[in-house]
Amino acid sequence: MGKLPLRARLATSLSGAAGRVSRMTGRGDGSVIGGVLGLRVEPELLRLLAADRQVVLVTGTNGKTTTTRLITAALGALGQDVASNAFGANMEAGLASALGRSPDAPYAVLETDERYLPAVIEATQPRVVVLLNLSRDQMDRAAEIWLTARRWRQALADADGCVVVANADDPLIAWAAATAPRVTWVAAGQRWHEDSWCCPECGSHLRRDELGWRCGECGFSRPSTRWVLSDDSVIDDSGQVRELALSLPGRANASNAVIALAVAGHFGATVDQALPRLREVKSVAGRYTQVQRQGRLVRLLLAKNPAGWLEAFDVLAPIPAPVLLAVNAQTPDGKDTSWLWDVDYRILLGRPVYVTGERRIDLAVRLEADQVPFELVDGIDDAVSQVGGSELDVIANYTAFQQIRAIVGRTE
Amino acid sequence: MTDLVGRHAAPEDLAETLIFPAQDGMAADLGVDAGGHHGHRDMRYTEPAPVARAHTAGRTSAVRLVWVYPDLLSTYGDRGNLLVLTRRAKLRGMEVEAIEVNSDQPVPRQGDIYLLGGGEDLPQILAAHRLRIDGGLAAAANQGSVVFAVCAGYQVLGHTFGGVEGERVEGLGVLDITSGRGDRRGVGELVADVDPALSVPRFTGFENHQGVTRIGPGARPLARVTLGVGNGDGTEGAYAGKILGTYMHGPALARNPGLADLLLTWVAGRLAPLDPEAEEWASQLRAERLAAVGG
Repeated sequence: MGKLPLRARLATSLSGAAGRVSRMTGRGDGSVIGGVLGLRVEPELLRLLAADRQVVLVTGTNGKTTTTRLITAALGALGQDVASNAFGANMEAGLASALGRSPDAPYAVLETDERYLPAVIEATQPRVVVLLNLSRDQMDRAAEIWLTARRWRQALADADGCVVVANADDPLIAWAAATAPRVTWVAAGQRWHEDSWCCPECGSHLRRDELGWRCGECGFSRPSTRWVLSDDSVIDDSGQVRELALSLPGRANASNAVIALAVAGHFGATVDQALPRLREVKSVAGRYTQVQRQGRLVRLLLAKNPAGWLEAFDVLAPIPAPVLLAVNAQTPDGKDTSWLWDVDYRILLGRPVYVTGERRIDLAVRLEADQVPFELVDGIDDAVSQVGGSELDVIANYTAFQQIRAIVGRTE
Repeated sequence: MTDLVGRHAAPEDLAETLIFPAQDGMAADLGVDAGGHHGHRDMRYTEPAPVARAHTAGRTSAVRLVWVYPDLLSTYGDRGNLLVLTRRAKLRGMEVEAIEVNSDQPVPRQGDIYLLGGGEDLPQILAAHRLRIDGGLAAAANQGSVVFAVCAGYQVLGHTFGGVEGERVEGLGVLDITSGRGDRRGVGELVADVDPALSVPRFTGFENHQGVTRIGPGARPLARVTLGVGNGDGTEGAYAGKILGTYMHGPALARNPGLADLLLTWVAGRLAPLDPEAEEWASQLRAERLAAVGG
């Protein structure tokens, strides 16, 4: 901290004080307000705070918070402090605040909002940029994802000091990363195909087979990969195979873990050093948390968009375990619920389905169209009291998830 | 079916098998029973029985729904319109063939209802280009098939629309409308009163577009906007004959089942009314959405 100019030091200490006040008064977790104040005093704060650190930026539509956490855990193997915005405050203020809280950490792993990536690359001069996936998400306020990918391309083409770690199985990600001087391609898988039927380069229909994807017209195709997710194992860049055996459930988290291991590899942490640390991660900012409620085990899953719902279905307890679905449409969720129609709910047939949230009637109409029987309930406790068995999985979108967390208690 | 797009499908439950790719572990009949839970009867949905087939104006062949280019034009829950049409037809005992045609396949000419969804700029331009070369949709439209198009798909039906930088892009010209790019994006709830000639209740929908559309003498406005942007001049959507387009995206038919029934009527004649229980959730959703915006 001693190297920071006076103005930046003032901004940083103001940030810290505001963050503490925010936490003490229960207004928030303090991860944004401090950064907002600090940036007002010193607009260059993010640049100053990031200087002389090894920065990793993590972006994509889904999995940012979890992957950020996994990379932070993996870099712990290096035995030095790692700064991180672990609670998903992923715009400029949240990043500045995270760095200000750990002034002496030589490493920083920063979840970055998709829209802000070019500006944050410019400000933080990252050593690694992680590109996870791109799919439709809150389209009433976010840009079209192809435009997002094009902005990334421009930003990465100019970022000669960094390595991009990117998922080769997502065509839009492959296109976005293709301009970067150095890319480590990871075969991390892609279950959601609805936003990548067409070639990002020329628009033609993409062909897919077990080897990957290829455009029949312009020839743009899946790059060959150095790191591979194969069932529940990782194959690293030297060909060594290790079983992942994570605590976090689901295929999506296995993808996130392989990407985290590839990033750790760039900093000299081997799979055998980093993987045990990934296995210790059990919940991430409330996601996958298990809580007791009225004598029943409730597990919380966050899913903000169709691709996220598909991944959440993947980790449900087996049929006939019950599930509660909660949907809101506040500004952070996107005010448009039409995405509900991009999710195939028939996979829920055979289990009791409970429905809540401010837009539960939208979901009711949707489930009716899929002929999935359901029951409307008034929130989490109503659902828990109606569940026959001993456990309940909950899938909720953003503000619905936060509301439920507030009721069952922040356990992390 | 196979003669249309060269795809095989089981004769039973054709619509379900085609609308989504098959899922592992999905039995044909799961026989789910929701009756075992405690709770209020009115808070629960279980499967209602379809009304008798005799009510369906004597149509014997299946209704063929053709979803055009879901790989290019399916951005805002557009599958919803296909699902709602399928559902409401089946509740009346009609059989449904749902056919998805990707942009690398020819558009069949013998469909009953063609659906076009919304999409981003580049896919929209590509879709217009491919549809013009293919000719199938225009031929079907000119033969009197029903066409229901949303947002980007609506613009594609017209003479021209605005490209990435606002340049003019040629559409199919099967509907007398001309579209361009407006100054700002219209995003939010939309409410509009439908042309009384169509006997469809007030529209409630969601729009998200930057397009503005002028309607020529060969088409009529579908509705008059009371909330939102629509075509940009106080009107919303357009129709001519059985070709109809709207800026209400994605599952417009889920919130406007009267419009879904209008399309089915154009194919099958007068429809049997549905059991009020089958309408319950859609009616609640309409009431809630209209109340939320003071409609």
